[in-house]
Amino acid sequence: MAYQAGEFDVIVVGAGHAGIEASLASARMGSKTVMLTMNPDMVGFMYCNPSIGGPAKGIVVREIDALGGEMARAIDATYIQMKMLNTSKGPAVRALRAQADKFEYQNRMKKALEDEPNLLLRQALVERLLIEDGRCVGVVTNTGAEYRANAVIITTGTFMRGKIIIGELSYESGPNNQMPSVNLSKHLEELGFELARFKTGTPPRIDGKTIDYSKTEIQPGDDVALPFSHETTQMITEQIPCWLTYTTEYTHQLIDANLHRSPMFSGMIKGTGPRYCPSIEDKVVRFNDKPRHQIFLEPEGRDTEEVYVQGLSTSLPEDVQHDILRSIPGLEKSEMMRPGYAIEYDAVIPTQLWPTLETKRVEGLFTAGQINGTSGYEEAAGQGIMAGINASLKVQGKEPLILSRSQGYIGVMIDDLVTKGTNEPYRLLTSRAEYRLLLRHDNADLRLSEIGHELGLINDARHAKLELKKDEISREMKRLEKVVIKATPDVNEKLTAIGVSPLKEALHAITLLKRPEITYAMIADMTEPPVALSAEAAEQVEIQVKYAGYIDKQLDQVERMMRMEQKRIPDRLDYDVINGLAIEAKQKLNQVRPLSIGQASRISGVNPSDISILLIYIEQGQYALTAE
Amino acid sequence: MMEFDTIAAISTPMGEGAIAIVRLSGPQAVATADRVYRGANQLLEVPTHTIHYGKLVDHETEQVVDEVMVSVMRAPKTFTREDVVELNCHGGVVAVNRVLELILAQPDVRLAEPGEFTKRAFLNGRIDLSQAEAVMDLIRAKTDRAMTVAIGQIEGRLSKLVQDLREQLLQTIASIEVNIDYPEYDAEEMTQQIVQKDAGEVRRILTELLRTARQGKILREGLSTAIIGRPNVGKSSLLNTLVQEAKAIVTDIAGTTRDTIEEYVNVRGVPLKLIDTAGIRETEDIVERMGVEKSRQALNSADLILLVLNGNNELTEEDTLLFEAIRDMNAIIIVNKSDLVQQIDLTRVEELAAGRPVVTTSLLEEAGVNDLEAAIAALFFEQGVESQDMTYVSNARHIQLIKQASQMIEDALGAAEAAMPIDMVQIDLRRAWDTLGEINGDTAQDSLLDKLFSQFCLGK
Repeated sequence: MAYQAGEFDVIVVGAGHAGIEASLASARMGSKTVMLTMNPDMVGFMYCNPSIGGPAKGIVVREIDALGGEMARAIDATYIQMKMLNTSKGPAVRALRAQADKFEYQNRMKKALEDEPNLLLRQALVERLLIEDGRCVGVVTNTGAEYRANAVIITTGTFMRGKIIIGELSYESGPNNQMPSVNLSKHLEELGFELARFKTGTPPRIDGKTIDYSKTEIQPGDDVALPFSHETTQMITEQIPCWLTYTTEYTHQLIDANLHRSPMFSGMIKGTGPRYCPSIEDKVVRFNDKPRHQIFLEPEGRDTEEVYVQGLSTSLPEDVQHDILRSIPGLEKSEMMRPGYAIEYDAVIPTQLWPTLETKRVEGLFTAGQINGTSGYEEAAGQGIMAGINASLKVQGKEPLILSRSQGYIGVMIDDLVTKGTNEPYRLLTSRAEYRLLLRHDNADLRLSEIGHELGLINDARHAKLELKKDEISREMKRLEKVVIKATPDVNEKLTAIGVSPLKEALHAITLLKRPEITYAMIADMTEPPVALSAEAAEQVEIQVKYAGYIDKQLDQVERMMRMEQKRIPDRLDYDVINGLAIEAKQKLNQVRPLSIGQASRISGVNPSDISILLIYIEQGQYALTAE
Repeated sequence: MMEFDTIAAISTPMGEGAIAIVRLSGPQAVATADRVYRGANQLLEVPTHTIHYGKLVDHETEQVVDEVMVSVMRAPKTFTREDVVELNCHGGVVAVNRVLELILAQPDVRLAEPGEFTKRAFLNGRIDLSQAEAVMDLIRAKTDRAMTVAIGQIEGRLSKLVQDLREQLLQTIASIEVNIDYPEYDAEEMTQQIVQKDAGEVRRILTELLRTARQGKILREGLSTAIIGRPNVGKSSLLNTLVQEAKAIVTDIAGTTRDTIEEYVNVRGVPLKLIDTAGIRETEDIVERMGVEKSRQALNSADLILLVLNGNNELTEEDTLLFEAIRDMNAIIIVNKSDLVQQIDLTRVEELAAGRPVVTTSLLEEAGVNDLEAAIAALFFEQGVESQDMTYVSNARHIQLIKQASQMIEDALGAAEAAMPIDMVQIDLRRAWDTLGEINGDTAQDSLLDKLFSQFCLGK
């Protein structure tokens, strides 16, 4: 029986990493929000590796934190290991990665949702959307409950028409044998959405008690763990190591001998899998000259013996998985607790979205996370927070928030998705960002916290701290430009001590700091600032001085890009009547409906001459619009 | 392209003409012209809408490139409503291209896109709105043509080289990227030393490329032309006729350059560089002197051969040997002395010409000269050399891009030398890779990811 279950500002369907950030952002911005999930026990569950962060992804976590999101705080409170990656490289590509206690993490997340005053968490299986006059005004569940709202965000991950495949076996299922969501997917198709079929996979988990760690290499966390969040004050000191081992020739022989039973190669799997996350059988076939592949053993938490076997993602039959595990040094006597599996699912082709993550087809309907064809918790959370922010802004009648490619990895990701689409599960990589040097993990707060504060997601106290840090940086930069370091015996002694040739004449401090071997600490030692800088401000000063040349080059590129971004394309512009546009360009432009000339220029298949024509056509001021 | 930076292009039709104009538009127009201009005044200081006499000088070599009249017109009362400079230089493809190349070698200037001056005029509100459509048609038409040329070039040597270079760079970049995005993956750690070695190799090839792979050679240096024939068939008359008939000697810069430039003649817009002109006057028959094989080798360097026969005589053994020497070469056969009784077997000549044009002349009476000129022009413009024209225009761009890429590699090497972090070094390598990509119009960003995932076995 249908019944009215309540009226809200925003409904969030799904309680994974996207759903969590979406509902928290929406509720914290003052929108009455309800989160609907099939199973509240699985809030924020890590269906794949028990880890958050890494190159590009770790920077996204910092960006979420700068916008007042939850992921950074939650992982800071529940990690079992923290590591800064790429420390031997430049500041732009450094990133944090944490191993999570996945159970503690989801408990922590569930509590955050429960504690949020403006947010309700409900168990419900959404089957249909309520559409009135082309607008989404609510959802209907399998129990007949009708929830009404002005905006709906769908974050159903890999659940839509999910299908698990293990060897010859396949069955309809969400990840980790959760119930799949079948009707919602059909309903979206009925509404005219184009869906893609993607595939991903996960490795087996084994009993840690049965691992002989003496045959593996230890992978410890950092001695001094750094937090993801600017709000974290207390770090966990007791860390748990991961372990590294390798596949053997025998492993590869086993895989070769059983390829005929692999659904990857038998044609049973139809979905497109990600290239950056290949299964072990894929790796052995495609890189058959590689004698061994790395296998990382990652504990799933403090209070469990289960260990995640990173590197062994597979959909081979269970018995083969068992044999493969035992062919690996250290795992000869291992007991498999869960087999690895492949999962196929429906995704919404993301070019059907505006850069706000609202669908073009149905006003008031947003999608975020894996449903948009991405992969990864951080990618999902990054979209989640943006969808939550924009849904809330929409119901409050405010201007949307779109992050540019120069503002954050989140901006890069969403622009890639809605402008270019994706033909495989999309993962963020640092190489996708053209202004990588500007999008550092250390300056995420400087880039985005002002926005977070304006949205009401960053409190005044934290904002005041940020302003203080900005002041510190600019004051010290000015001082270093003026202050002169003389070639005194004291200074030269310090320089020769670190193997740097002594000064022949006096130098501005800023010039000296540009030398590769010189750190800010040394400069501060030679010429003390009136008030000692905070470590964070000192880091910014050092980076901004040392890499000024490169930073300026990128800022210059950004400025040129922004000019194109600021040239808006009118809503509903009728591309079909524009003389001279190439047919392919018309098709692509009609499909993507870019908001700016800048976005249009990034669509593959739209050439510079098409952009020129478009620019002139719009500039002319008398353009035709489509009816609706 | 849509940014209003400074652009330059030849704005008079390519080919003949006593005067050609290279136009610059944009904020740096005057400063750029001033950098290469030597005259009574600094162009930066002259009043707007004035014209000045002076010389254009390659400021690196201090060599005079051309003698010019320069118009300086400052915004907003100009065609584009931006600062505009017009360099009125000597006509002819060679001279004007040299001037353009000099301008494009300056910083902050790039070659204008087809129709771009008009486009700017429109965007800056100079042209009536009703003309917008026409501008769009213009852009489309010219771009399509440029596309055809671009496609033609993809098979070219330069293009192949650039592809190889990019592949090499991409390899290095992908190896750096894999270290960054997969720090724990067991790939070789890219060090500054490895990058220096790899990028050094790319720099070497780019330098070589800039030195030798001069694709616009013909248009910049002229179509190297050899006049051959038995003694007394009229080779000298032909030379004199060509020099007289030439509408203008391509450039008349006084002094040191004159002697070499005099070898250039302009035949209906086609620049001919006459090889070993002096030799033709003084010595008689090269085949006689050198033998067929050696002559072939000598003639191989020519782009065009003018073989002169005497129509008053029957074909001789020597004539046949000459035909043999120029087998498969680009040639025009001139049957001279049509004023005398014709003894030559024209059917046989046609046969030996093997499809190459045969022209009958009387150089003495200046008969058939038009036919000869037409044949030269036809050969040049119809048989694909017209696209050389377009090729050249894009070549000025190519050379620019190669120079830029070369500088970026230089920066990367400098950074590696200074022990900058590897991902900083990579920034310049990536820029060089992108820049070289513009030569073939191949800027697909996805190829890096393709490379990463095809090359390295990544993932969980």
